[in-house]
Parts: sequence; C-alpha cells; structure tokens
Amino acid sequence: MADEMCLMKGNEAIGEAAIRAGCDAYFGYPITPQNELTAYMAKNMLDSGRIFIQAESEVAAMSMVFGASSAGGRAMTSSSSPGISLKQEGISYACGADIPCVIVNVQRAGPGLGGIAPAQGDYFQATRGGGHGDYYHIVLAPKSVQEAADLTYEAFGLADKWRMPVMVLADGLIGQMMEGVTLPPALEPGTRPGRPWAAGSGRPLARNRITSIILDPETLEASIHSRYERYAAIAKERTSFEEVEVEDAELLFVAYGTSARVCLGAVQAAREAGLKLGLFRPITLWPFPSERLATLAAAGKRFLAVEMSMGQMVQDVRLAVNGAAQVDFFGRCGGVVPREEEVLAVAKKLLGRDA
Amino acid sequence: MEVLYGHPKSLVSVQSKYCPGCGHGVIHRLVAEVVDELGMQEKSILLNPVGCAIWADLYFDMDTVQVPHGRTPAAATGIKRMRPDHLVICYQGDGDLAAIGTAEAVHAANRGEKFTTIFVNNAIYGMTGGQMAPTTLVGQKATTSPYGRDPGVAGMGYPIRVCEMLATLEGTKYLARGSVDSAANVRKTKQYIKRAFEAQLRGEGFSMVEILSPCPTNWQMSPAAAVDWLVSDMIPCYRLGEIKNELSTRETVGEGASLQGASLKGASLKGASLKGASLKGAAL
Amino acid sequence: MANKGKPVIDRERCKGCLLCARSCPMKVLAADETPNSWGYYPSRVVAEEKCIACGNCYQVCPDVAITVYKL
Repeated sequence: MADEMCLMKGNEAIGEAAIRAGCDAYFGYPITPQNELTAYMAKNMLDSGRIFIQAESEVAAMSMVFGASSAGGRAMTSSSSPGISLKQEGISYACGADIPCVIVNVQRAGPGLGGIAPAQGDYFQATRGGGHGDYYHIVLAPKSVQEAADLTYEAFGLADKWRMPVMVLADGLIGQMMEGVTLPPALEPGTRPGRPWAAGSGRPLARNRITSIILDPETLEASIHSRYERYAAIAKERTSFEEVEVEDAELLFVAYGTSARVCLGAVQAAREAGLKLGLFRPITLWPFPSERLATLAAAGKRFLAVEMSMGQMVQDVRLAVNGAAQVDFFGRCGGVVPREEEVLAVAKKLLGRDA
Repeated sequence: MEVLYGHPKSLVSVQSKYCPGCGHGVIHRLVAEVVDELGMQEKSILLNPVGCAIWADLYFDMDTVQVPHGRTPAAATGIKRMRPDHLVICYQGDGDLAAIGTAEAVHAANRGEKFTTIFVNNAIYGMTGGQMAPTTLVGQKATTSPYGRDPGVAGMGYPIRVCEMLATLEGTKYLARGSVDSAANVRKTKQYIKRAFEAQLRGEGFSMVEILSPCPTNWQMSPAAAVDWLVSDMIPCYRLGEIKNELSTRETVGEGASLQGASLKGASLKGASLKGASLKGAAL
Repeated sequence: MANKGKPVIDRERCKGCLLCARSCPMKVLAADETPNSWGYYPSRVVAEEKCIACGNCYQVCPDVAITVYKL
C-alpha cells in the first residue's frame, strides 16, 4: 500500500499508526488531552473487526492489555499522566512477565489532578521504572505528529522483539496539534513474529505459563540479571537521538519532545544572529543516549537541558557527562510551554552574551 | 479393576501446598474433572491471581496466566476476546474478587464477558494469614477484626453476597453458589461448574460459580470443625443454588425463584423444579 | 444387590484431614496410627468389605488421594 500524506491531529495519527502496525486490541479510558485517540480507536478498531473496550479504569485497561497480549495479541493502551500512574502496577507485571505491549502517555501537568496543558513531568516515572521492582522498558519521545506516528508504529515491533512494554511519551501539545504526516504502510498479514510463549500457542507440546512470581530469591535474581542482559542489548542496538548543528556549537540544548521543538527555534534564531548554538535531542529516553553525550562532553561542549518540568531528564544528562562538562537547566512547569525567546535568553546569559 | 473415581487428567498429580482440609483442593479437582469431560484440556486458559489461588498454576495441567491482584476479570477480558474459542477460567478468592477487584468483576459481568469465574468464598483472607474479607460474617473474628466483624461502631461493613449483587446486571447469565462441605454439595457444585463451562462454550456469558469453602487454618479449627462451621454459619448467610439462570438451556428453576413477568413461551419444563416459585404474570 | 468397591488411599498424598472418614456412610475409613513422611496421620481403609463404592470419600478429599475401584 502506498504511503499517503495528510493533515492529522497527533492523537489520531498515533491511533492510525497503531492500527497499521497490526494492533489487535485497544483498551482505554477517557482522560484529557488524549481523548481523540481513544475515540479514533473506538471507531476504527470496531470498523475493522478488532477489539476495542472502553475499560472501567486505567488500571483495568492495563490488565486487559496484559491479558490480550499474554494470549498472543498486539495490545495497546493510552492515557495521560494521572492515568499512567494508575497503570504502574500493570507495567511492572508486564515487565516482570516479559509481556509485549504499547503504552502511550500524552503528558499533562501534575502532580495530582494538575492541569490539562502539556508537560514533561513524567520522565522519572517513565524511565526509572515507575512501578515497583528492578526493570526498565523502552521509552520513545516523538517531537512531531510525524514522529509520533512513526514511533508508535515501530513500538509494536520493538515490543515483540524485546518482549517488553514500549512507551510512547508524548505531551498534550503533540497530541492536540495538527501537522502533515506520511503514514507508514499497513503491516502485511503474516509478517509479524509469532509468540510461541503465549497462552493458547504452545499446545500440545508445551504448557505455557505466564507468571512473574519467583519466590526463591536466587532464582529471581538470576531471572532479573538475564533481563538486564537484554536491556544492555537494546541499549547497543536501539539507542537513538537527533543532533542539530552540534559540531561547532558553543552550547548544546538537550531537550526532547515539544521542548526540543522550542529549542530548535532558538537554535535557528541564534544562528541567524551569529551565535553558535546546537540541539541534542534524545529520541529514546530509555535507553538514554549517555555514550554520545559523554563523547560530546569530552569534546568540550557545555549543555543546557530544557524541559517542561522542574528538571528530570537533566539528571540523566549529568550522569552521562559525569562531571566532565557544565550542565545547566531551564524549565517551565504547570502546563506552561517555554518560548524560543526565553530559552535563547537563558543560553545567552550562560554564555555571557546577554548584552 | 475399573476405576470409578480417579485422578483427573488435567490436574497435576502432586501433593499440593494447600492446607489439610482446604476447599481449594476439591474445587481444583472439580474444575479439572469438568475440563476433562468437555475435552478442553488443550484449549483451556486459567488465570491465577493473588491469594492462595496463586498456586493454581502448579496444579492445573493447562496454560495459565498469573495476573495482578483483582485484575483477573480485566485480564480475562483481554484473553477471551483474543482467544474466543478457548475455555477461559478466572480462579479467584474473596479478596481478589470482592475487595480489590470489585470494579473489574462488576464491569466484566456488566459487559457480559464470556469467560467463567470460579469464586472461592472462604470468608477470610487465607494466603496473608487470616485478615477480614468482604465476605467475613458479622461477629466473625479475624486478625483485622480481632473482636469480631462489627458493622456498627467500628464501621467494618457487612458480608457481601456477590452472586446476588451481580445478578442485577443484565450482562450476567448464570450465577450459582455451591459448597464443598459434603459429598452431595460437592456433586451439585460440579453440576454448576459444568453448566457454566458449557454456557461459555456456547458463547453465553457472564457466568460465575461461587463456592463456599472451608479454611481450617485461618478459621483456627480442625478440618471437621471447619466444615461444621461452614454449614452452621456460612450457608444461612450465603444461600446455595442457582441464584440466576438465564441460559438458553435453562432446565431447572431454583427453589423459591420468582417468575414474575417471565415469559415461558416455548420453554421446556422437563424435570423442572418449581417449588415455591411464583408464576404471577407469567405468560404460558 | 449393593455395589461393592475398593478405596485405595495414597498415604503420601493424604494430609490427614479425615473428611473422607466423616463422609463415609459405612465407616470404611479411619486415621492411621502410623504417620506418613510429612508427619500427617493419613486416612486408612479399616473395613474394606463394607465399601459400597458411593464415592463420597473421593468427592470430599481435597488432595485427590483416594481412588475408588469398582468390584
């Protein structure tokens, strides 16, 4: 099927990409600012004879995903920050039982009920394993409607390949805005990897048991270690980032998602005025592109992390740089989106160029 | 020699971790017997959540999915929708179904999900050492109701009759309550399980069999005394029988059922027991 | 003519709850005085000739420790 270019709202592009990636089952619950995604899935999943349920809660939706996936289906759920908090238990279980699935977080301001405007305050929750226990899962951060579609589409394949949840960490601005997007072609039937481990798949030769309980401490430790070996393999293979004008930059913005769009504008304005700024944009927040940042630090760069939060990703920047370079932070929170001018002003001040 | 009663095929032949006199052992066996009789061992998926039921995946020789506490009906929804031709069995205790998982149970029932829930009601929390359950009786002692369950001053609420509660939902088609206190009740309970599983295989749902079960360890009684207490105290609170039967193959009506407004046009009443039933307004 | 049956108890599966003995209408079963390797005093067939193969013992046994044969 040929690719098509169209104007779409971020939330809907995510939904369409999921359907084209072969999503068998979507379970969701209404929460602003991602309701268009749930509604899009309701119509289109039912139209194509697939599974759609508006669950009784985000908690239930996550367990529906767990069930559908453990029975062999490509399953997805979406929510926004408070609802993602509710899903943490289910995410921990999915990571502990190695269940592939896709979770979309269209972030809003917190904590608590907070606000419905965009924010990036769930970075810790997403990348530190927001639920209990030792685990990570892939976190992909799109910056545009196009990337939201591409990364959602890819998320299903990654989830199956690595047998884990994959989170698409967007924000309310990306979810709500409309941009041109070229959608990926629908997956050919029969091209998906099989799931011989799933309930209902192995008989009569095997009994498939999906479980995350291992009471013997040493056995549990060994199973966690083997999962972490998988994490190391993912870091080698799938860490990704985007670099804009970094080679000769005096200062690099480090930002993802909507913050990165803002910083991109600041980089362009700066360059027009003769100031050499650049942008380092992590695309995988986990695995975080630490190695590349360390290399840039060793090459003498300094960094200004810009986030729609009180400073979460900046901690990973500091860890990556490990004292070898100057790392500063600028953030807005509460649903406020920083502006190019203010971000540029901060960079200039740091460089002593605010005259 | 012909074996009259022997070990079911879909039950693993190993000594279980369950306590001496625990009802789980009997209930596991009944489920396995029915699975065998229906020839569904290779196409069954059993969900084992938190509670003593967590061990169920050790004892059923079929595919199993261990799920978060209370989320069993939600996960089963996902599983049954993905594998509608499989026999999907939720195996839950009273904490899982009637406390932390009540929302999931109510909504799966309301959607008429086509899996079957086996609900083991032993009026206490077993695995965690004997705390009060939503099904604990008024006055019954537990570690978190040391003076007895007190709905009054201490505000501890009342025992929840889950079958009756779910019966108000149109999505529920078969809700029965059995007990494993006596051989006779064990046999009746097996019939309920069979009826529920057959309904699922015909595509009818939501079905549930609640089963009163002794917990000698946490009731702090001998197995025999536990059975006696179940009969003397639990059965009066949780009446046995088919609480709701709206299956297409409905054959018997439970004692005391009301058929007010029911239409029996074309219904088969072969072998039906209508003891105490009211036929007010029924169209015959 | 009444049925005749033969209950066989797996001593090592039995946990000595004795619900079987309680449920037997013919008093065929009782506690063994010798414990099994788990420390339980398992059920024992003490009056096999009285067994009528009703299966009650099998029905109430939580451990599927009893097989009932038809004679």
